[in-house]
Amino acid sequence: MLSIKNLQASVDDKQILKGLNLEVKAGEVHAIMGPNGSGKSTLASVLAGREAFEVTCREATLDGKDLLELSPEDRAREGLFLAFQYPVEIPGVSNINFLKTAVNEIRAYKGLAPMEAKEFLKRVKEKQKLVEFDAKLANRSLNEGFSGGEKKRNEIFQLAMLEPKLAILDETDSGLDIDALRIVANGVNHLRSENNAFILITHYQRLLEYIVPDYVHVLYNGRIVKSGTKELALELEEKGYDWLKESVDTEESAAL
Amino acid sequence: MITQVSTSLYHQLLAVFEEGLTSKGHLEQVVTLRKEAFARFKESGFPTTKMEDWKYTNLLPIVSQQYLLHDNIPGKSVDLKKAFIPGLDAYQLVLVNGHYRADLSDSITEDGVFISPIEDIVDNASFLKHFAQYADKTDNPLVALNTALFGGGLFIHIGKHVTLEKSIQLIHVTSTSEALFNQTRNLVVLERNAEAELIESFITNDDGTGLNNIVSEIVLEENARLQHYYLQIANEQSRYLNHTEIQQARHSLYNNYNCSFPGAQFIRNNINVRQNDSAVESHLYGITLTAKDQFVDNHTIMDHRMPNCESYEWYKNITQNTSTAVFNGKIFVREDAQKTNAFQQNNNMLIGEKSVVYTKPQLEIFADDVKCSHGCTMGQFDDDALFYLRARGVGEISARVLLIHAFAFDVTEKFSNIKVKAYVDRLIEQGLVID
Repeated sequence: MLSIKNLQASVDDKQILKGLNLEVKAGEVHAIMGPNGSGKSTLASVLAGREAFEVTCREATLDGKDLLELSPEDRAREGLFLAFQYPVEIPGVSNINFLKTAVNEIRAYKGLAPMEAKEFLKRVKEKQKLVEFDAKLANRSLNEGFSGGEKKRNEIFQLAMLEPKLAILDETDSGLDIDALRIVANGVNHLRSENNAFILITHYQRLLEYIVPDYVHVLYNGRIVKSGTKELALELEEKGYDWLKESVDTEESAAL
Repeated sequence: MITQVSTSLYHQLLAVFEEGLTSKGHLEQVVTLRKEAFARFKESGFPTTKMEDWKYTNLLPIVSQQYLLHDNIPGKSVDLKKAFIPGLDAYQLVLVNGHYRADLSDSITEDGVFISPIEDIVDNASFLKHFAQYADKTDNPLVALNTALFGGGLFIHIGKHVTLEKSIQLIHVTSTSEALFNQTRNLVVLERNAEAELIESFITNDDGTGLNNIVSEIVLEENARLQHYYLQIANEQSRYLNHTEIQQARHSLYNNYNCSFPGAQFIRNNINVRQNDSAVESHLYGITLTAKDQFVDNHTIMDHRMPNCESYEWYKNITQNTSTAVFNGKIFVREDAQKTNAFQQNNNMLIGEKSVVYTKPQLEIFADDVKCSHGCTMGQFDDDALFYLRARGVGEISARVLLIHAFAFDVTEKFSNIKVKAYVDRLIEQGLVID
């Protein structure tokens, strides 16, 4: 589904991603972990199309489509979804109107007619329930005055509404209490299917107790330095990142 | 002393008045007022940037050219399409180059409503009581000029206890192939308990330069209520100098919704609200969207003169390209105006990198038991919000439209007329320059 080869990206002449490779197949859940500043959020931003980054050497395709050639909206329309680490508050834009616009623009891209109002509202109700998202929040301005947890739940609600092929959750677990974490995880587990895939970017193993990944990767210094199964996450939780950092740093200096 | 002897319009106007072309006013009282006003204008000349109220608003380039001073071709065909507001059921009144056109206007047959071209009024007690009694008290030389030399306009009188069944849409059409100077004078009187909605649309036909000097005096008697819309959608050749002076009596309500869109090259609006008695409420809302090298200046005065009154003012400017917007909101709370509640807010979004906003909230308080606030913000387009919307599949244009509507929302949500609100939302959308 997603194929990334030798992805390099920099911001203000500072290289952050230094040749990253990743293959994600339909039905899989991948976790990307790594210490602060390793490039996790940059990866999410580059895939979603944030303009601040200069992508130098690259290949990133979603079902064969070159993502990096597409505008952010077209990436979303092709089925990519980024759950933001810091969802933006937009006063004056109603949550529901915004979602309706998004759903219908994605449909138009696929050559489908706008969704009937009734059908749309039915879907809203159904998905609200799925992610335990308060109907009152859905009718408010987009994220305005929402608590941290409410914002993250809104991301998952939008994810449920838009039904993307590939969802990237950028530290969705940060700032969540146990109850909110459980709700978010339940939502994601309900949405998992044979046809979609998830990339979970996280610092902590905690989230992975709720959403069990098929693969765990460690990102360090702009590259994936170790991949494994869910057991790798447990090992990291126990030992921290230092042992990995050391071996990578030794390797790199040896290569020089 | 006059400071710009060289301006050609000034000399043209001097000649016209002295030739006595305007002495057709039959009423001696009116003729006297006009003569006095002319003397004032002759003395002051056009406002210059040396005057504090005109600091950012340079009239010199505009008045340094020759204009036709009269163009009232009977039956001139005009296109009113541009003023059309979908779904709005209103009485349509049309002024072409300031002159009332009965053939293009609806007749209003509701009891207690009197509407007449201002130049035709011979004897009307209400007219004589109010005409040139308010705006001329200000130091705006353009009002004096208008009083002296206005060519047309309307007197609208709504009798006591009358609630108009439909809105009145007053369409100002500037239609000219040559540079033309129009001076329009309106007087609107709502008697006790009267209620009306007045929607003024400003449009242009033809591609000649039109300079319009429009003065309106509005009198709200006890418990009268007026919803008043300005919809400025004229084209780039046009220039507007508007002065609106509102007098409010006890328990009256005045709401002004002042909307300007890309088009008219130069706009100066003066809106002065005088609360002359207690328990008066006034709301001033403004949404200005500018483009290219447009210049839009809104000057308001909210004058609290008596106790227990309320005012609420919110202006939003969105400037694109190299355009300029000015907001000057002055609130007076006079010594007698205890228990005043006055709120003012001005928010600006500068989209054009070379666009300019001058804003000046002013509060002068002479009473000691009042609640007043004013605030002002300057900002740019929120790129994070734009990216967030696009990352959800919303196209860039739709996303920009959503965000601009969101910025304007605090103001547009206050519109009392949902048809006009929808129309204004659409004009905002159409006015956005997407590069």
